Amino acid sequence: MTEAPSPPLFRHRHLLGIGDLSPPDIELLLDRADAAVSISRQSEKKTSTLRGRTQINLFYEASTRTQSSFELAGKRLGADVMNMSVASSSVKKGETLIDTAITLNAMRPDILIIRHQSAGAAALLAQKVGCSVVNAGDGAHEHPTQALLDALTIRRAKGPLSKLIVTICGDILHSRVARSNILLLNAMGAQVRVVAPSTLLPSGIERMGVIVHRSMAEGLKDADVVMMLRLQRERMAGAFVPSVREYFRYFGLDAEKLKAAKDDALVMHPGPMNRGVEISSAIADGPQSVIQEQVEMGVAVRMAVMEALLDPRRDGGAK
Amino acid sequence: MSVTVFTDARIVDPSRGIDEIGTVIVDGDKIAAAGASARNQGTPGGATVIDCAGKTILPGLVDSRVFIGEPGAEYRETIASASEAAAAGGVTSIVTMPDTAPVIDDIALVEHVLRAARDTASVHVYPAAALSKGLEGQEMTEFGLLREAGAVTFTDGRHTIASSLLMRRALTYARDFGAVIAHETQDAELSSNGVMNEGLYASWLGLSGIPREAEAIPLERDLMLAHLTGGAYHAAKISTSMSAAAIARAKSDGANVTAAVSINNLSLNENDVGEYRTFFRLSPPLRAEDDRLAMIEAVRDGTVDVIVSSHDPQDVDTKRLPFADAAGGAIGLETLLGAALRLYHNGDVPLLRLAEVLSTAPAKLFGLPGGGLSPGAPADLILVDLDAPWIVSEADIRSRSKNTCFEGARMQGRVLQTLVSGRTVFQS
Repeated sequence: MTEAPSPPLFRHRHLLGIGDLSPPDIELLLDRADAAVSISRQSEKKTSTLRGRTQINLFYEASTRTQSSFELAGKRLGADVMNMSVASSSVKKGETLIDTAITLNAMRPDILIIRHQSAGAAALLAQKVGCSVVNAGDGAHEHPTQALLDALTIRRAKGPLSKLIVTICGDILHSRVARSNILLLNAMGAQVRVVAPSTLLPSGIERMGVIVHRSMAEGLKDADVVMMLRLQRERMAGAFVPSVREYFRYFGLDAEKLKAAKDDALVMHPGPMNRGVEISSAIADGPQSVIQEQVEMGVAVRMAVMEALLDPRRDGGAK
Repeated sequence: MSVTVFTDARIVDPSRGIDEIGTVIVDGDKIAAAGASARNQGTPGGATVIDCAGKTILPGLVDSRVFIGEPGAEYRETIASASEAAAAGGVTSIVTMPDTAPVIDDIALVEHVLRAARDTASVHVYPAAALSKGLEGQEMTEFGLLREAGAVTFTDGRHTIASSLLMRRALTYARDFGAVIAHETQDAELSSNGVMNEGLYASWLGLSGIPREAEAIPLERDLMLAHLTGGAYHAAKISTSMSAAAIARAKSDGANVTAAVSINNLSLNENDVGEYRTFFRLSPPLRAEDDRLAMIEAVRDGTVDVIVSSHDPQDVDTKRLPFADAAGGAIGLETLLGAALRLYHNGDVPLLRLAEVLSTAPAKLFGLPGGGLSPGAPADLILVDLDAPWIVSEADIRSRSKNTCFEGARMQGRVLQTLVSGRTVFQS
């Protein structure tokens, strides 16, 4: 059996945002993730790439799916994974992010996965620790592994991203998923559209490399991919939109609205879904939905990212 | 009384419109003469003569917006440490803000600040008192008694008065005591939980933005109330072309209004926030470059009357946090002159005008001694080498807090000597 050629070296120490990556960086991660998919599909899922390495998951916002995805990814690579439960730790007792970082750093982890409610938290942490940091979502800023897993899902179904029409629908204003996806899709040459009520669009959106549409019929026309975003319940009661029923009427994805897109358009959602708010159950569970594949690709992408960051060819990993 | 004679200096005195080579004679705590004509007055026996060829003498700066940690947060800044920083920065008078713990809203607290200043400060310290009790925006403080105790103006510091009725009454009542109401305007609802200027840059960073209108809407309201009441209103920190236009309009309508701008909004813009640099989280936020340029124009054309440092010491506990969780504010006493001189070296603002907005105008506005070099004036002056280059370094900062926006910045123009009431309080 011949040894597979080793993948090119990833030149970054941290993954803090898609904004830091070049198109070749993105391709590299997606290619590595493709390989990781095959590992996950074997009956023997464990490898020893990260054996002896320590991964700490530091989640300030509860997120079952992202945290377990990172945990599973680390375990499949053979790493020791520790989940810091923020709710019961000293963080609750007023310890600052920096102090927590310094404490964790003393435990000499190899990689820290952080999710935090404040934009820039992952970058701040990265300045203070000696190991690699992966941003698992910081406020409304970025969620790079989500954008990568979305790209992997699209690429596996549709081929190269360039020239595809991707429409992102919903709460763009508060969405880190939207920002990371806009950056990644633009970098890879896709045409990006957004559809949302104007109260849920950030200032300057028209200069973010997207075409803004106010109606689903226009925004979805001939789209190859439809990405739905979650709308937080607390933002529906009059603050940004007047009611759930009005929101669903104009911006919820149902069979009728989806008709405007290409017949084989993919329907995506980062989860967790609000069925009947931003997406109807029939569509979420329908033939065009790749929401389950996104979850699978999530594990693969996170394996690829951690392997790439802790590449032993680089001065002893990231230490 | 000792006499000091500064010879051959460039003398810039906006109080008399002078910018000429001449002599300054300081006799005790007063200026005896200053200007070209003083050259012929001779030198009294026993006088110290300082050759100032190539150097410039300006009236000491008057900084009318300085936040201090005393009482309540002395680890950030005391009156003594702020005063030392001021002296090094060429600032000879500071107006301190009431946002302390406890709030300066009572005569005993005004007296406390004045006493601490008398005992520990080397520059003049003039307390501003709270406009509303406890800065709560509900009830007026005792303007008359506080003024008698030594409060020079009334302001709620970082807080904006939401109630139009309270603002109307404060302006009306303050008029009877000849007091100025100073107000920073930021509509709390409209700015929501905003932490930087609203726009594309904030959107990419995922930070909530503060629209320019959040400043302009309460400001427009205040200007109407100033017109209605005839009260003296001072817009304490404006940052946008929209606000400058409103001020210009109110002035031409005859309202008794003035405006100030922070040196930060003249020197920096929203791009300086970079990757979540919390020292650049300020209030008002750093705006777009268009607004920065508009503020410079407003200083030049007289719409803005005063430049302030908005000195606001914050420590690790309030700054080493994610951007949205960090406190606003930056120190500025030691960099005020250097940053302001950039406007002079760039050719944006003439030196005479710059000295006016940094010294003469705020002194006049708040009724403070100083701000000029006319004979008989207090000898509050600074000797400056306008061209000396230097680099701002954290190690040299005298303020107890190190949250400067100018770390590593190159400055041109340095204070050589600071005199307060004729006494040298700083010499480099």
